[in-house]
Amino acid sequence: MRGAGVARALRAFPSLLRVGVAEAVAYRAEFVVWLLTTTMPLIMLALWGEVAREGGPLGGFSGADFTAYFLAAFVVRQLTGVWVAWDMNREIREGLISMRLLRPIHPLVAYAAENLAVLPMRLLLSLPVALAALFIAGRDHVTHDPALLGLFCLSTAGAWLLGFGLMATIGALAFFIESSLAVADLWFGLFFVCSGYFVPLSLFPAWLRPTLDLLPFRAMLGLPVELLIGRLGRAEALHGLAIELFWILACWALALFVFGAGARRYSAYGA
Amino acid sequence: MARRYLRLLGAQLRIAGLVSLQYRADFFTDGLLSLFWLGVNVAPLAVVYGRRETLAGWSFPEALIVIGWFTWLKGILDGAVNPCLTAIVEHIRKGTLDFVLLKPADAQFLVSTAKFAPWRGVDSVGGLLLLAFAFVRLQRWPTPGAVLAALLLLCTAVALLYSLWLIAISVAFWVVRLDNLAFLFGSVFDAARWPVSVFRGAWRFLFTFVIPLAILTTYPSLALLGRLDARTGLFAVLGTLAFFVLARQIWRRAILHYSSASS
Repeated sequence: MRGAGVARALRAFPSLLRVGVAEAVAYRAEFVVWLLTTTMPLIMLALWGEVAREGGPLGGFSGADFTAYFLAAFVVRQLTGVWVAWDMNREIREGLISMRLLRPIHPLVAYAAENLAVLPMRLLLSLPVALAALFIAGRDHVTHDPALLGLFCLSTAGAWLLGFGLMATIGALAFFIESSLAVADLWFGLFFVCSGYFVPLSLFPAWLRPTLDLLPFRAMLGLPVELLIGRLGRAEALHGLAIELFWILACWALALFVFGAGARRYSAYGA
Repeated sequence: MARRYLRLLGAQLRIAGLVSLQYRADFFTDGLLSLFWLGVNVAPLAVVYGRRETLAGWSFPEALIVIGWFTWLKGILDGAVNPCLTAIVEHIRKGTLDFVLLKPADAQFLVSTAKFAPWRGVDSVGGLLLLAFAFVRLQRWPTPGAVLAALLLLCTAVALLYSLWLIAISVAFWVVRLDNLAFLFGSVFDAARWPVSVFRGAWRFLFTFVIPLAILTTYPSLALLGRLDARTGLFAVLGTLAFFVLARQIWRRAILHYSSASS
C-alpha cells in the first residue's frame, strides 16, 4: 500500500513540476516582486562593506570577503526559499485543502513540487548574480576544492529540504491554531539573526558559536554560504552536514506527523 | 464636506476598534512579537558596535534612535497601512472593488481607511521605550524645538509611507496577482533601520531619492539629536508633498484603468 503510494507520487512528480514551471512563467511580474523581496543580503553587503572599509577587516572579513559572503547568501536564499506555510495556511482557512486531500497523492508532495518548480526561474535570475560575484570577488573567494563544491550542492539541497519541512510544519499548525503565521513570523526573526543572514556567524561572540552551530538555522543558510566561499575545511563541513541531516529528518517527521494529525481532525466548511 | 469625511473616518475607526476587541488575544501575541522583533532589529547593531565605537559617524545610542523611529513607523505600517493594502488587492482580484467605487465618497479615502489593526500600536510603545533608552545612554535630552521638528518629520514620514503605498496599490490594477506586495513593501522598508549615511554611492542615491528611506527614519532621528539643518528638513517636507500629489495622480489614472473582474 505504502509502496504503491510512493510509486504513484514519483510518477506524478514530473507533471506536477511542469505545471509549476508553467505557472511561474505565467506570473512573471509576481516573480520579480518576490525576487525584490530578498534583497536584504545586498543591503547587508553595502552595510558590512562600509564597516570593513571604515575600520579595516572585521573578525577575519575584509570588504571583498563580505561581498563574496552576502552575494553567496543572496544566491542560496534564492535557491532555498519556500513559501508553503502561507499557501497551506490560506488553503486550510478557506477550506481549499479539501481538494488536495481528495487527490491520490500526499499533499506535502504536491506542495513540494509547487515550491520546487520555481527553481528554474530563480536560477535564471540568480545565476547572473553568482557569475558577477565570481567576477567581482575574484577566484580566491570561491572554494577550489571539488569535494567542497560537491558538499556545497548537497548542503544547499539540504537547506531547501530543511526549510520546506519547517515551513510545512508551521503551515500545518493552521489545523490547530489560528495564528500559525505568527509562528512563521517568529521563526523568520530567529532565522534572520541566527542563520548568518544579517551577520556572518563567525562575527558573533565566541561563547555563542557552539549553540548556534547546533541549532537548525545555520544549516539553512550559513553552512552552504561558508562552504562556497571556502571558509570551511572538509572535516568542519562534514560535521555541519551531519547536524543538517539530523534536522532534516526531525523536521520532516514532525511535518508529516502534524499534517497527518491535523488532516484527521479537519472538517471543511460545507463538508 | 470635511465634517462628513471626519465622521466617516470616525465610523471606520469605530468598526476597526470593535473588530479588534473580538480578537483580544492578538494584543498579547502582537505585543510579544513586537518585543521580539525589537530584539531582532537591535542584534546586528549590537554585533557591529561590539567591535566598533562609531559607524559612519553614528555612535551606538544614536543608531538606536534610528531603530526606535523604525519600530514606531513599523507599527504604523503594520497597523494602518498594510491591512488596507491586502484588503484592496483582494478587492481588485475578486472584482468587489465595484462596491467601494459605487459608494458616494472618495474611493481613495475609503480604501485607505478600510481596515486597521490597533493592537499593532504596541510597536509604537516599543519604539518610544527604545528612544528613551537611547537618550538615557546619551545622558542628555532633546530640546523642545528638536522634538517639535521630529514630530513634524514623523508626519512627513507617514505621508511618504502612505504615498509609496498608494503607488504600490495602483500597480496592482495592472498586475493583478500581487498578494505579496505587502512583503515587498516590508522588505524595502527594512533597510530604513540603518542610518542612511552608512550607505555609499549608488545605495545612498537610491535610498535618498528613489526610495526615500532617509526621510522615513534618518532625518527624524537627526532632528531629534538637533543635527538636521533646516534646509534639508524643508526639502524633505516639500519633496514629500510633491510625492503625495504625484501618488494621488497615479491613483486616479489607475482607477480609470480598472475594469471589474467580470466585465
